[in-house]
Amino acid sequence: MTNISFTEVLGPIMIGPSSSHTAGAVKLGLIANKINNTSFNKVDIILHGSFAKTYRGHGTDRAIIAGLMGMKPHDIRIKNSIELAKEQNLIINISEDDLGYYHPNTAKIIFYNNDSTVHTVIGSSIGGGSIIISEIDAFKISFTGEYPTLIINHLDRKGIISEITTTLAKNNINVASMNVTRLQKNKEASILIESDSIIPKSVSEELKKIDDIISIRVINIGAEL
Amino acid sequence: MFNTGKELLELTKQFNCNISDILIKKEFEVFELSEEEVLNKTRVIYEIMKTSAQSAISNPDLYKGHIIGGDAKKMSIYASKGNSYCGETLNLAMARAFSTSEVNASMGLICAAPTAGASGILPAAIITGSEKIDADENSILRALLTSAAIGELITKNATVSGAEGGCQAETGTAAAMAAAALVELKGGTPEEALNASSIALKNVLGLVCDPIAGLVESPCAKRNAAGVANAMVSADMSLAGVKSIIPFDEMVETMLRVGRSLPFALKETALGGIAITPTAKKLEKKIFLKE
Ligand code: SF4
Repeated sequence: MTNISFTEVLGPIMIGPSSSHTAGAVKLGLIANKINNTSFNKVDIILHGSFAKTYRGHGTDRAIIAGLMGMKPHDIRIKNSIELAKEQNLIINISEDDLGYYHPNTAKIIFYNNDSTVHTVIGSSIGGGSIIISEIDAFKISFTGEYPTLIINHLDRKGIISEITTTLAKNNINVASMNVTRLQKNKEASILIESDSIIPKSVSEELKKIDDIISIRVINIGAEL
Repeated sequence: MFNTGKELLELTKQFNCNISDILIKKEFEVFELSEEEVLNKTRVIYEIMKTSAQSAISNPDLYKGHIIGGDAKKMSIYASKGNSYCGETLNLAMARAFSTSEVNASMGLICAAPTAGASGILPAAIITGSEKIDADENSILRALLTSAAIGELITKNATVSGAEGGCQAETGTAAAMAAAALVELKGGTPEEALNASSIALKNVLGLVCDPIAGLVESPCAKRNAAGVANAMVSADMSLAGVKSIIPFDEMVETMLRVGRSLPFALKETALGGIAITPTAKKLEKKIFLKE
């Protein structure tokens, strides 16, 4: 049987009312924001399934917005996140849609960034405050954010994966799991790496120097919650 | 370290200690947390519980949900009149359970125990119980850890989710956790603690989850108020020497079995129970149409 620590029974410490529709939604926003990894001025939040049906009652919209603004699930400002976002001149559009075959508590978040890029993240709150990210831009992906996570987009060429793992090993970053997806052979591909330890900025800087790397995202935040 | 109530009891016998001592030992052996770290974390939890159990009594207007609000205050005023059937202690405990439920419903800060929906029961039981017997902080923190051991056993061997096991799994588990905590707080034995948990689970066996409009408000708040009564009643029965005929582990198994056989409509889907009454439907429409 897996072991359970007492803070899993007496916890999480969170803003109510629902661990899946509120606390998990904050986490979803928080991790989506880390994935986007740059400042934005507008965001579309598209709610699916039970999120779409009950978000007003559970404050799911406020929770996701709070997460997008960097608040954690126990932040008492979550209740006022819509007003706070307005103060910061963020444009937020909430809508409801059927996104297809996803977990009932799913949201699609589209970031419109100050640098004119647009990024899309799809994720679900799967119960007890846990989440799963299932899509970033066009890439299908699957990670929970429980572990420090690296997402590297790169051009698909021979040897690049071993260059990445060598750099990690040199910096004492232990790879707990790794998953490679590619859109087309010799074109853009994506690697998802989960690690046991926080991934410092110096390591992502070093990784950036490898040829044919397109982007690097580091998501340490989930492991800190 | 322990996966069943039986194993937990054997450990308390082997080391001649309370359930909370075993929990502390486990946190160290499995998660490398020192006793001090465990107690410090528990103190943070306790502080949040104290606040949530009082806020809606002091400031009811700040803690209104879509459906509920104001009951914590009403209950505490009634408690102070001193002429109720249940007596002041239980009335106050109920007021405190309402308070946390109202704080939760209005997007306030709570500690899930074991879930957000059932988060009113344990704080109300611990605060009211410790006041009654004038317990010191250390005993209170330890009692909370005892409750966590019970919650862990139920999580491992059954479920604490309303969507999986109905409300018996949420408010039933919370009451079972609180009952064991109250027994240890008053100096009862580990056997008596598990016995109290077993009684609490039995008292609400089969309770369905049927939240109006799918919101964690009604019937949740009242089931928290009744849940703390269940915890206190069960603790008192056990401390009086009343035995649960069915032992704890079998009771937990039963709760899971009954939870599995509850239909989908009665497990947090808001497709059955009171959630589909005409009154509930009317409320649902009102809530989702406004704003
Ligand atoms: S009725 Fe359902 S949502 Fe409400 S407390 Fe019980 S299990 Fe939780």
